Amino acid sequence: MELITKLIPLFPLLGFIIAALINRKLSKNTVAYIACVSVLFSFIGTLMVFFNLVNHHSAYEIKVFDWIQAGSFNASLTFLIDPLSSVFLLVITGIGFLIHVFSVGYMIHDDGFRRFFAYLNLFIFFMLLLVMGNNLLVTFIGWEGVGFCSFMLIGFWYKENKNNDAAKKAFVMNRIGDLGFLIAICLIFINYNSLNYTTFLTAGNISIDSPITLITICLFIGAMGKSAQIPLFTWLPDAMVGPTPVSALIHAATMVTAGIYMIARTNVLFSMAPDTMMFIAYIGIATALLGASIGLFQNDIKKVLAYSTVSQLGLMFLALGVGAYTAAVFHVVTHAFFKALLFLGSGSVIHGMGGEQDIRKMGGLKKHMPTTYITFLIGTIAISGIPPLAGFFSKDQILAEVFAQNKVLFILGMIASLMTVFYMFRLLFLTFFGKFRGTHEQEHHLHESPKSMTIPLVILAILAVVAGFIGFPHALGEAMHIHNWFDHFLSPIIGESLNHISLNTEIGLMLVTTVLIIIVVLIAKNVFITKETLPVAENAKLSPLKNLVYHKFYVDEVYDKFLSKPFVAISEFLNKVIDNQLVDGIVNGFGKITIVAGQNLRLLQSGNIGFYIFAIVSALILIFSIFLVN
Amino acid sequence: MEASINGVSLNYYIILSTVLFCIGVLGVMIRRNAIIMFMCIELMLNAVNLLMVAFSRYFGDTNGQVFVVFIMAVAAAEVAVGLAILMMIYRNAKTSDTEVLNQLKG
Amino acid sequence: MLTLILILIPLLTAFILFVSGKKLAKTIALIGTLIELAFAVLVLVNLKQGNVQALTFKCNWIQSLGIYFSITIDGISMLLVLLTALLTPIIVYSSFNKEYSNSHVLFGLMLLMQSALIGVFTSMDGFLFYIFWELALIPIYFICLIWGAEGRQKITFKFFIYTLFGSLFMLLALIYIYLQSPVKSFDIQVLYQSARAMGLNQQAWVLAAFVLAFAVKMPLFPFHTWQPKTYTNAPMPGVMMLGGIMSKMATFGIIRWVLPMVPQAVEQYGNYVIVLAVISIIYASCIAIVQKDFKFLIAYSSIAHISLIAAGLFAMNAQGIQGGLIEMFSHGINTVGLFFIADIIFNRAHTSEMAKLGGIRGVNSQFSFLFLVVVLSAVALPFTTGFVGEFLLILGVFESNGIAASFAGLSIILGAIYMLRAFQLIMLGDTNSLTLHFPKLTKQEIITLVIIVILIIGIGVYPKPLLDITENSVNILLQGIK
Repeated sequence: MELITKLIPLFPLLGFIIAALINRKLSKNTVAYIACVSVLFSFIGTLMVFFNLVNHHSAYEIKVFDWIQAGSFNASLTFLIDPLSSVFLLVITGIGFLIHVFSVGYMIHDDGFRRFFAYLNLFIFFMLLLVMGNNLLVTFIGWEGVGFCSFMLIGFWYKENKNNDAAKKAFVMNRIGDLGFLIAICLIFINYNSLNYTTFLTAGNISIDSPITLITICLFIGAMGKSAQIPLFTWLPDAMVGPTPVSALIHAATMVTAGIYMIARTNVLFSMAPDTMMFIAYIGIATALLGASIGLFQNDIKKVLAYSTVSQLGLMFLALGVGAYTAAVFHVVTHAFFKALLFLGSGSVIHGMGGEQDIRKMGGLKKHMPTTYITFLIGTIAISGIPPLAGFFSKDQILAEVFAQNKVLFILGMIASLMTVFYMFRLLFLTFFGKFRGTHEQEHHLHESPKSMTIPLVILAILAVVAGFIGFPHALGEAMHIHNWFDHFLSPIIGESLNHISLNTEIGLMLVTTVLIIIVVLIAKNVFITKETLPVAENAKLSPLKNLVYHKFYVDEVYDKFLSKPFVAISEFLNKVIDNQLVDGIVNGFGKITIVAGQNLRLLQSGNIGFYIFAIVSALILIFSIFLVN
Repeated sequence: MEASINGVSLNYYIILSTVLFCIGVLGVMIRRNAIIMFMCIELMLNAVNLLMVAFSRYFGDTNGQVFVVFIMAVAAAEVAVGLAILMMIYRNAKTSDTEVLNQLKG
Repeated sequence: MLTLILILIPLLTAFILFVSGKKLAKTIALIGTLIELAFAVLVLVNLKQGNVQALTFKCNWIQSLGIYFSITIDGISMLLVLLTALLTPIIVYSSFNKEYSNSHVLFGLMLLMQSALIGVFTSMDGFLFYIFWELALIPIYFICLIWGAEGRQKITFKFFIYTLFGSLFMLLALIYIYLQSPVKSFDIQVLYQSARAMGLNQQAWVLAAFVLAFAVKMPLFPFHTWQPKTYTNAPMPGVMMLGGIMSKMATFGIIRWVLPMVPQAVEQYGNYVIVLAVISIIYASCIAIVQKDFKFLIAYSSIAHISLIAAGLFAMNAQGIQGGLIEMFSHGINTVGLFFIADIIFNRAHTSEMAKLGGIRGVNSQFSFLFLVVVLSAVALPFTTGFVGEFLLILGVFESNGIAASFAGLSIILGAIYMLRAFQLIMLGDTNSLTLHFPKLTKQEIITLVIIVILIIGIGVYPKPLLDITENSVNILLQGIK
């Protein structure tokens, strides 16, 4: 098992090295084959590791080599396989593999085909490090590594500077979070003398006197950056300029959930910091509402999904904030399935439309792309939380636990998820129903995507249907003798949830939610199918509130005006005035003083011997008289 | 008891050499002709020589007199070199007026 | 004895170069530096075996003043000697396809400088240290003056006077300590003892003098204004020697000549230096962000990195010093890499103004990949050499001053901004007339860059061998202080 564990991250790394170093000599097919197979091998390895873990119930660590060692500080590259990491491993390698396969068809005509798979493999490698590391520093390697891969893949079509700007924005915003993470790492090492999860997270090691709130806040700042929470969320929608499989893999299923992984991993610390928990819950719900409301008015198929991701991530953080770690991780898993499905489905649509992403120009795709339609429909139902699909179970668990803690947060969370339902069905109806609104050439071009793209869609759709049953609701489960396997599996790391609700409340909540969801679906149907309302054109006049939401609350503009512009202005000032004139001026001033002094003093050197002698004699007389006086 | 050498008070020697020295200094300061300045320098040198001999005699230490002989020898050599330089200056500049010779002006 | 040979090999090669013709100059220089590298490895082996006897050389020099020609190598100097011995052949090799007038003199001066640098890193006598310190300045002065770009006289003059001015304070401090010692000797141990015996006030003055001298050399804000112009004006091999190795003289000087010399003063006032260094980091990073010229950007980013090293060293703990040492190593490699890249671009596009470039990635993906790795190391991405050093440094500073470390950490954000901006402006986007026909890299350029990239990733993934070299000596140093 030791060897297999080591091989899991090694395969994608090898895939990357092959694709990066000798790609010129390989055909496209070979590159695709190597890339997919390397991830498939990882997946198989993960499965073996996973079942071994399920059967033996024993987490284990495997040391690869000593990495950084200085004084009392020691961080080795060691892997930790336990329930939490194995769940994430499964998601990453499983969905990773499907998306690799999908990409083969999606990217086949692109010049950067080989490059694309190289980065994708590298991403998988870093993501695996992130979740496999047994200490914070290894997690940090993965953390930064995936950020870099995300940077490269967002800016994949590097000829357009818009893409490069988005990539840079993503990297820099992530880096802001990373600084928080880094500070947290330093604080943890200084206070607990270790970065190993198995060492410093033991309850006895954590003293109440240590600055737990500060540490957890810093960790959360790290999570904010990576998981796109307020105020660091604006990079994620921009990141949609990358290829769609990238959006599915990195910006929906795996990388953006790293923040949730990190907090779930260090939940012992967070549970001891109630203030931080409250903060996380508020940020989470605010992000969920903000993302969902912006999503209502977006017209770019990928942007809608991006804001939906922001909002779903917000819900996960809300769950973390109320201590429902398992529910959050559960939602990560189900969300990975249906959001990857939706993104890949949108990729299939974009592929079929020949690159068009504006839903105002789509419509009626149902009959042209049946497989895509059905899978997309399943994804939409799943994300809306209609039973018995995956999204229902996870979202329900989150909302139930929130309900047990805080009724206001529950209502807000409910509003966010109802908005999700509305914009997802809006997307579905506008894309697949009604009449086609694009050009004739586009209509002529319309076709169902090839098998390599639809098969992953189908598999993901199946997963989106069934995955929810691994986390069957507690109270209801007890009544029906269905075990919540997921909670139980994660309990060694996370512990059982403290928010218990009664069977009646649980069923009541489910019913209310489901009814509300169906009402919203019907409203959406009424608006977009019966009335055939279309989103307004780009520069149409809107009411102030709508306008505000339509322009994403002007967050980007505010950041630009109040953060980046002043920052650049200050830097320019430092460069031009302080550095060139003040500091260098003082230095040059010393030089000038010397020169001026020399120029004036040289006048004493008149060349007149009489004057010299006069000076000598008067100096002598002066000296003698001083002696005489003394 | 007043210090004296062969009946002449030591003070007179000191006064004489001081006067000579001052004449030399003033000469150097006031006159502009290089030759005369040169002579004035010699005068200062000799004023010091005189003082040296007087003290030597007074303390009964011959070292001072030996020194004077050395100084005279060096002065002779110096005069030779100095006059040679003056000659060259005169040939080049056609003057020995120090007011004119101020090419070292800074 | 081996150490002496290390100093003599480049010296000898330099003299051979001075008398040899232009034709053979490159070959001789490369062979000489490679022999030097081989010897450095031999020394490393000896050091690992604990063979101190073979590494130490001490004889009387100016007996009446208690000055010795005393050199030795411990882990700390070993790392820097290794860096010098490693980078010099790379620098020599990197200038192979460029024709410099009188190249034999240029290479000779570079080797002379190498000799002096190794002297600085190994000397165990205050006076000898000062001699080597100034000796290293002379060749670089001529390199900049003779082969520099337009307007070099003024810039080089400022550089020379400024650094000389700084080091005079170091000489003052050394003489002051020397006068305090009862034995009247410049031997480092004697100086340590007499300096430690001084009162806090005196120690503080000595500290100030040393810090001034080293701050100019590193350079640290506000003593940095000579650096950007010198870096951009000097010929490429000169800049690489300056930024890659010479700036480490000062940081090395802190470890060897300041921390153990006046530990109480460092304990008391070290925080001020850390704060100054952190200001320097942020200041230089901000300025780097608005630079238009790539070379200027590298110069300012170099200030930021070196300042971080200084902050870490003054934290006076194992993480800070070990991190500082490894960051010196990686900064050397990075700086050489970045300047080499800047040179490649300049030779082809005849400008290093970033806004005029762009789209090179599409024309030359190989170059783009190599460039990218160097950029990543400069922004301290894990698994590159830059990360190991910066992480340990920030951790070290954190242990002594959490707030300062948090601000120092801003460099990872600002660094990302300016480095990625540069990469984007130069490599990404669409091509223009300047970059459309960007020629392929020559074999020699590829080899140089690949070596640098291998070093960056190799050390980043497995830094343990390097950390092991210094670990013992750093522990001894810290024990001696406490």
